[in-house]
Amino acid sequence: MTISIDPQKTNNESLQPKGWLRYFSFSLDHKVIGIQYLVCGFLFYLIGGTLASAIRIELASPMSDFMPRDVYNQVLTLHGTIMIFLWIVPVVNGAFGNYLIPFYVGARDMAFPRLNAVAFWLIPPSGLMLVASYFVEGAAQAGWTAYPPLSITTPQSGQIIWIMSVLLLGGSSIFGGINFIATIIKLRRPGLKLMRLPMYCWAMLGTSLLVVLSTPVLAGTLILLSFDIIANTGFFNPVLGGNVVVYQHLFWFYSHPAVYIMVLPAFGLVSEILPVHARKPLFGYTTMVFSIMGIVVLGLVVWAHHMFTSGTPPWMRLFFTIATAFIAVPTGIKFFNWVATLWGGKISINSAMLFSCGFIINFVFGGITGVALAQVPFDIHVHDTYFVVAHFHYIVYGGTVFIIFSSIYHWFPKVTGKMLNEKLGILHFAITFIGFNLCFAPQHWLGLNGMPRRVAEYDPQFQFVNQISSLGALLMAISTIPFLINVFLSVRNGKDAGDNPWNALTPEWLTSSPPPVENWEGEAPLVEEPYGYGKEISERK
Amino acid sequence: MTTLDSSKEIQKNNSEVNETHEDFRMFGLITFLIADGMTFAGFFAAYLTYKAVNPLPDGAIYELELPIPTFNTILLLVSSATFHKAGKALLKDKNSESQKWLFFTAFLGIIFLICQLFEYFHLPFGLTDNLFASTFYALTGFHGLHVTLGTLMILIITWQSRIKGGRLTSQNMFPLEAVELYWHFVDGIWVILFIILYLL
Repeated sequence: MTISIDPQKTNNESLQPKGWLRYFSFSLDHKVIGIQYLVCGFLFYLIGGTLASAIRIELASPMSDFMPRDVYNQVLTLHGTIMIFLWIVPVVNGAFGNYLIPFYVGARDMAFPRLNAVAFWLIPPSGLMLVASYFVEGAAQAGWTAYPPLSITTPQSGQIIWIMSVLLLGGSSIFGGINFIATIIKLRRPGLKLMRLPMYCWAMLGTSLLVVLSTPVLAGTLILLSFDIIANTGFFNPVLGGNVVVYQHLFWFYSHPAVYIMVLPAFGLVSEILPVHARKPLFGYTTMVFSIMGIVVLGLVVWAHHMFTSGTPPWMRLFFTIATAFIAVPTGIKFFNWVATLWGGKISINSAMLFSCGFIINFVFGGITGVALAQVPFDIHVHDTYFVVAHFHYIVYGGTVFIIFSSIYHWFPKVTGKMLNEKLGILHFAITFIGFNLCFAPQHWLGLNGMPRRVAEYDPQFQFVNQISSLGALLMAISTIPFLINVFLSVRNGKDAGDNPWNALTPEWLTSSPPPVENWEGEAPLVEEPYGYGKEISERK
Repeated sequence: MTTLDSSKEIQKNNSEVNETHEDFRMFGLITFLIADGMTFAGFFAAYLTYKAVNPLPDGAIYELELPIPTFNTILLLVSSATFHKAGKALLKDKNSESQKWLFFTAFLGIIFLICQLFEYFHLPFGLTDNLFASTFYALTGFHGLHVTLGTLMILIITWQSRIKGGRLTSQNMFPLEAVELYWHFVDGIWVILFIILYLL
């Protein structure tokens, strides 16, 4: 059976507002939805960043003098939740996935355009609900993990709003995942072989598998948790015979893969950006594909390494230590492939390239501390200290957020038809990179010396290093300013980009910028070698 | 299931963008059911862990009565068969026969829910009595929610096939096939649930 696809009909183009207004309306166009994801995510990034600044102001002095302790806990919880569920996951998956995947598979839209729109429009209301809970009756304050019994005993209306919000966001990401799997597997244009797909498609396929397999478990867990809060059942309440470790197992069965849900798309994006700006083919395409799938499989079986101090039996610790250490193998393969891609390339130093290289550097630090944390004795020593905070910020900010910015610099010409200002871009990179490392590198030292995380007050001996860290956070906050100025100026009167300013070979550059509603005039181009740089056109297959 | 047809048909009218492609709504539904199955898997894992790690004190162990759930298992297995009959009949354009089978399936679903409620009212424990009671109601309740949704969807497609020129015909089997797959899925989950919860 076949269904007919008529973009003019499915998009109701005549009913859609023209110009920039269409980005604020209900649209079924995958490009519009992608931009909606990005802008919405960025607004939440600003909120989450403001909360992060508040945390660092509080921690600039040992006493809790900037805000009361329970407010600190709420700010901490909101910061974590917003950054993960409303900024990184929607942007690296939803925004870039929706914009790029249909181009990469040679389609005119995603497999299920309406489901796609639904997935996006779940995000703003649930995010606003989460933020509003702070002003209504006290936000959730049990951290982004919402561990019981803390989440059951703290004020409850905020926690319930938190659960509802995360459930809606989980639904949004499952719908997105189903859509990506169907688009990549089923909607490829005829003649496009799987092993010729751009790397980002593979990364999104792996990510979507993780989303589909693990997010529902989180949903089920949160439903049980809300029963504990509302109906006074005892699933996770030790007083009523429940078991808090079961919550941790179920929670980390989602939330460990969530790390890869954030990082795998970033791996895919950097694999798209590096070859273009180094003018070299991506090194080791096949190993890259298999390492992604290896990370997917291993990512699903390592969750308990978050729970080495939760009374896990020794055999379990051994298994999860070994499995976690093994993830370093596929990740290392990817890292060396990126370095080999750069090796001997004709590298152009621009903002996109700088952010990508910054990603590689930061990610190595985050990865090495990750292998260290997988070892049980070390983990027990630094558990719940600032070492862990430093480690995962190196992964999620130094890794993922750097790639989000890199991708914005790389694809901005395609989306708007204008170039971003390179000088402001390099300034943005310099402040972000220095600020980021100034903020989080000292936290390794803090953690090794025993400063606990998630508390507003600390021993005065840590004050000086904390102040350096807060100075770095200030720089990171400032770094947003040149970026925003850059975007606003460039949209208004940036240099015209032309269709293909980077001379890239992937299919999205083979159409006009910005692309037409149907993505291509006429038939979609078949790209035989998306990474065939450095060859004459006649040499390409 | 004719929809999982692997043949790719791409047609193009000269310059106008008007393409047809393979129908992969069933593919999307299967992906969704895998996700839904993972929710149940999480619940089952939690239940089995509680059973292994948190044994209840002697006085708090309840013997579950088997007759009603066994009857319910048979009901659901029969309803899977009647649903299959409905699909066969629709394929041969016997609309009224198909509607009868569909209606009978929905009827079996409703009987299942009534039996489940009857069981709930006659159990000696309530939702918050102890951990076993809570997990029991969470698992069967979540499954009952699925049966409720399935029954509603069956009634909706029965209604659709009654409309002349409506959306459910032998040319457009998708609504029936989708609900059928969902119904088989819910039945399968019930069998696992029955074994784990009542027999183990």
